[in-house]
Amino acid sequence: MTDAPMTDAIVAKGLKVHFQTAAGLVRAVDGVDLTVAQGAFHGIVGESGCGKTTLARALIGLQSATEGQVQILGRDRSDWARSDRKGFARAVQFIFQDPLGSMSRRQTVGQTLEEPLQIHGVGDAKARRARVAELLDLVALPATVLDRLPRSLSGGQRQRVSIARALALSPQVLICDEPLSALDVSVRAQIVNLFARLQAQLGLTIVIVAHDLAIVREVCSAVTVMYLGRVAEEGVAKSLFADPAHPYSQALLSAVPSPDPRIEATRPRILLAGDPPSPRNPPPGCRFSTRCPVVEPRCRETEPALRAVQHGGAAACHLADANIHAMI
Amino acid sequence: MSRHSQNGPIYEVEGLVIDLYTPTVSVRAVDGAGFYVAPGETLAIVGESGSGKTVMTLGPLGLLPEGVAVDLRGTARADGKDILSMSPTDLSRLRGGFFGVIFQDPMSALNPMLKIGPQLAEQARRFAGLSATEARKEAVSLLARSGIPDPEDRYDRYPHELSGGMLQRAMIALALAARPRVLIADEPTTALDATVQAQILALIRQIQKEDGIAVILITHDIGAVSVLADRVAVLYAGQVAEEGSAIDVLTAPVHPYTRGLLASVPDFRSDNATGTKEIPGIPPNQAQLEPGCRFADRCELVQPQCRTHRPPLVKVGAGSVPHRVACPVVIAAEGIVTHD
Ligand SMILES: Nc1ncnc2c1ncn2[C@@H]1O[C@H](COP(=O)(O)OP(=O)(O)OP(=O)(O)O)[C@@H](O)[C@H]1O
Ligand SMILES: Nc1ncnc2c1ncn2[C@@H]1O[C@H](COP(=O)(O)OP(=O)(O)O)[C@@H](O)[C@H]1O
Ligand code: SF4
Ligand code: SF4
Ligand SMILES: [Mg+2]
Ligand SMILES: [Mg+2]
Repeated sequence: MTDAPMTDAIVAKGLKVHFQTAAGLVRAVDGVDLTVAQGAFHGIVGESGCGKTTLARALIGLQSATEGQVQILGRDRSDWARSDRKGFARAVQFIFQDPLGSMSRRQTVGQTLEEPLQIHGVGDAKARRARVAELLDLVALPATVLDRLPRSLSGGQRQRVSIARALALSPQVLICDEPLSALDVSVRAQIVNLFARLQAQLGLTIVIVAHDLAIVREVCSAVTVMYLGRVAEEGVAKSLFADPAHPYSQALLSAVPSPDPRIEATRPRILLAGDPPSPRNPPPGCRFSTRCPVVEPRCRETEPALRAVQHGGAAACHLADANIHAMI
Repeated sequence: MSRHSQNGPIYEVEGLVIDLYTPTVSVRAVDGAGFYVAPGETLAIVGESGSGKTVMTLGPLGLLPEGVAVDLRGTARADGKDILSMSPTDLSRLRGGFFGVIFQDPMSALNPMLKIGPQLAEQARRFAGLSATEARKEAVSLLARSGIPDPEDRYDRYPHELSGGMLQRAMIALALAARPRVLIADEPTTALDATVQAQILALIRQIQKEDGIAVILITHDIGAVSVLADRVAVLYAGQVAEEGSAIDVLTAPVHPYTRGLLASVPDFRSDNATGTKEIPGIPPNQAQLEPGCRFADRCELVQPQCRTHRPPLVKVGAGSVPHRVACPVVIAAEGIVTHD
């Protein structure tokens, strides 16, 4: 997006998050390596339950990891958060899927935006009011919303408030869990354009968990495709979407309908059978082997490692780059 | 496409006005809107949340939000019969047998305390008039037909034992159990993943082809419309902005709202992809509606008369499926030929 990044904003190595439950061990995130370049707009996609939220929360420490390390802006995340909690909180912010969940029901928009400034002792009352006005401007909300309660706002307006609040302390890294899913399509475009503008204007690094693949392709610089707690494929968003190497990414993209019925009527399609297996007992070998249309015997025995593929990124598949449209 | 001219509409709503009264506000949820659907045809009703899609489609069947006072006017006919003057008993029979409804949340249709199979069998017994043994067989075959693997085993499962995609299939099976002639799917895939969404849409299309029933798809997902719909009605703030064949509406839209909506949806397969162009602003507050075009506050082309006169739906073009648009400004500016 911008100039060549100096360092990486986020580096996760061997990250695992396992949950002990009555029904057994849930391997929500099960060995993820992730690198997010500074200034990137990095999308994380994959089916429900594949571990996106758990990964996003583990990156920022909202969820403790069972194994693995995370570095943010060149510093070990746990050390940083322990030794300088406020400094860490200023630098790294999280946006939740449901904006209402992260706001108090009784606080007005003005109070919601001023609160982080107060907690971090930023400026005097006058300076804080000026900052709040600046924040509203950044997210294109009129000053008239200041006295309203979040509940009385539309979904898009609420999401703008939660973005403004996350920006209050001028963070360098923003991690967002499905900030678009609850929004209508036309509002989705407004919010995603807002993210893109903020990212360019403020030089932010943004990690966004998203369901809407067409939007990720449109706005993200990099993308990670997850399947059952692991990275299936990663790369530059436009290149990966143009030439997905992993059969799962191919199926996932194929499942996204074209808004043009003429294209829809004729394009080849890959329909996967069944649902993803449970992270309680992932299949041996390749995790996608139970649904993969081109599975081979070795896939059920050996788990494929991420390796470089044609589009310049990497995929975890023994047959990466084989065109499964041609094979099935 | 020409199916519509061979068969008259099987469900038809005209000049519908629905006011909802809560203790604090009154909302005009539907404001003089209508639609029709013929056997063998899929009509998609598209619009943002709150535009009135659900209330307009299900309201005439007596399926209205609970705890709200409702004033409903207009005409609605099912198979030629006036349904607004029916007795509650007749209407509820019609709802059970003639119409099948699939909701966004499967648990709003399935009873969590009962096993899946018996719920289907009961529906088939009541509305399709089958004996108990026949109904059990029918339930198993409906599960199989809805793409549920191992249907004999799933027959005895409780809803919470199925995944989201499986539950959605079970609800489709439940809606089909009464052998409906109109299947109404209200946001059937919104809560599902892309790969499961594709499976469910393919299933609905297959059922429709095999049974020749009418399908009404309520959605804000343009992709789903493009997969399934023969015709599309675009709803904005309780009024129909544009309607016509899916090809006309999705590839040659005329109304500024339809154009804006489509421009906000990226298409990564098309060369002339529009990206994520946004429509500025938000829909009007339906508790305080102004006269004139509902879209006026967000429309780049707005003229003074737009704010005073409600734009009529006018037939444009000469296609066999009527294409109607409620925007005289674009029609005049672009010299579009009208046929009324
Ligand atoms: N606190 C928890 N205890 C037990 N299991 C959990 C917990 N949190 C998540 N899981 C499980 O871990 C897996 C991954 O969950 P996660 O919420 O990260 O998925 P996701 O990719 O964000 O899904 P979605 O798209 O539905 O939001 C799921 O199987 C989930 O049920
Ligand atoms: N239970 C309810 N109480 C009050 N207003 C409601 C209720 N349900 C729907 N409405 C209002 O009716 C209008 C249309 O709603 P609906 O048909 O559900 O829209 P859609 O299906 O297009 O999202 C909206 O203005 C909505 O706020
Ligand atoms: S490793 Fe085998 S099963 Fe896994 S995605 Fe590749 S081909 Fe399919
Ligand atoms: S009638 Fe006027 S305000 Fe309404 S869509 Fe057309 S130009 Fe815009
Ligand atoms: Mg999640
Ligand atoms: Mg609805």
